[in-house]
Amino acid sequence: MFSGFMVDTWEAASVVAVVAGLAGFFVVARGSAFAAHALPSGAFAGAAGASLLGVSTTLGLGVFSVAGAAAIAALGRQARRDVAAALAIVAMLATGSLFLALGNGYAGEVDSLLFGQVLGVSSAQVEVTAALGAASLALLVVSWRRVLWSSVLPEAAAARGVSPGAADASFLAVLALVTATAVPVVGALLVFSLLVAPPAAARQLAGRPGSAALLGTALALATVWSSVALSYEENLPVGFVVGALGALLYATARLSAGRRGRARRSGCG
Amino acid sequence: MSPLVTALVVGAVVAAVSGPVGVFMVARGQSFAGHALADAGTTGGAAGYLAGVNVLYGFVAFNLVAAAAMEALGGRRAIARDVATGVVLGASLALTALFLHIETSTATTGATVTVLFGSLFSLAPGTVPVVAALGAVSLALSALLYRPLLLSAVHPDLARARGVHPALVGAGYLAALSLAVSLSAVTIGAILSTALLVGPAAAALHLVRRPAAAMALASLAALACTLGGVGLAYASYHWPPAGRGWPVSFFVVASVLLVYGASLAARRR
Repeated sequence: MFSGFMVDTWEAASVVAVVAGLAGFFVVARGSAFAAHALPSGAFAGAAGASLLGVSTTLGLGVFSVAGAAAIAALGRQARRDVAAALAIVAMLATGSLFLALGNGYAGEVDSLLFGQVLGVSSAQVEVTAALGAASLALLVVSWRRVLWSSVLPEAAAARGVSPGAADASFLAVLALVTATAVPVVGALLVFSLLVAPPAAARQLAGRPGSAALLGTALALATVWSSVALSYEENLPVGFVVGALGALLYATARLSAGRRGRARRSGCG
Repeated sequence: MSPLVTALVVGAVVAAVSGPVGVFMVARGQSFAGHALADAGTTGGAAGYLAGVNVLYGFVAFNLVAAAAMEALGGRRAIARDVATGVVLGASLALTALFLHIETSTATTGATVTVLFGSLFSLAPGTVPVVAALGAVSLALSALLYRPLLLSAVHPDLARARGVHPALVGAGYLAALSLAVSLSAVTIGAILSTALLVGPAAAALHLVRRPAAAMALASLAALACTLGGVGLAYASYHWPPAGRGWPVSFFVVASVLLVYGASLAARRR
């Protein structure tokens, strides 16, 4: 399980878990799960286009996730945020279906971009993942305070001169980078699971933003590590294990938070 | 019935249903739920395929269960509903990964891609009566809920005083939405389902104030986009580069985005 080629998998998966766990804190705090679904799913259109043009898949993913984030940010100023995310995802996927129809023999790769190929990570891919992961972390650190204020205390953020539009743009830029980092490794659907379920579980359990973000990252790491181990040992699909563990974590956190809440209300907590 | 006629009839039914259901969806801020149900239905479709029953019944059954789970986990706050929708979507994507793993034949893999991108031209003529019946049930449910939904959106307190239970009305509407989404996702694909539910409705809400007028306008716009898209796809069989047709979903989504853009421009004036 820890032999040569698996080292690449462990490294790439850990990078993905850390950036997705941290960015996921904002996804949950801002109620932006739709954008977290739209960018990774839509960005695969970029991969389809890249294969049509014969250029690097990662480049295609990156260009499309940035374009998608810009579209959501721009539309979000005109319309409701969920409408903006919906229009962005259908526009990207429809472009992807056009690329697939014009190109040849790509259909098999669709499934691996959707469901991931974490056990087949190459050393070259790990370097790209690590570089993009470092860029995501840097952007997270730089924009942390701005996005945090606007997510948790919007009025206080406005008083400090942080405009909601600028904070939204920073958040979407982080999401675009995380998408480009993670989709080649774990697939679009898994990135979404990691961005939502572990951070949502952490938010049920931890009160303060900093501890919720750290706990969410730890839960994302635990989810990814157990998934790689389980899929290696038991030959289960990684997508299933990550999604199932995430849902289980969230359900457990909801139950224990609910129990504590009831105990506090009845005066014995 | 020729494939073109079947495509036009099914497209017209889906467009007619999408108007009213979509206007409520956009106005209630449930676009993510609508899109998530289109994706989650794939899980039910794959399960139906594994169990050897009609994919459409798997879609409908799983969508109703997923909608109930979203409603039960969500509560009233918008952010909590968004996260609950995300967790349910993540869990159902995990199940899809498992089902694909169990049945790795090309048949189901092809089914995912078909469900995602739609297959208006490969519909069996036998689906027309089922589609019409499901569409009628969804429209009837929306008509039944029309007044209570509007009242609880505009005056929650007044609605409660008149004996309208907001949670009950919300659950009833989500059932209508799951039926509409199942029907459109299974026939025209998840991308088009979301595009036709969100785009025309959001555009119509920019242009007219009365809900009934917005619904009629949205249905007409959805119909025009579908017919135009089918017509262009039919014409594109002679287009470069490959001479085998551009995808319907691309043309329909492009028309929907044009309509939406035009409505934004008209509103600004």
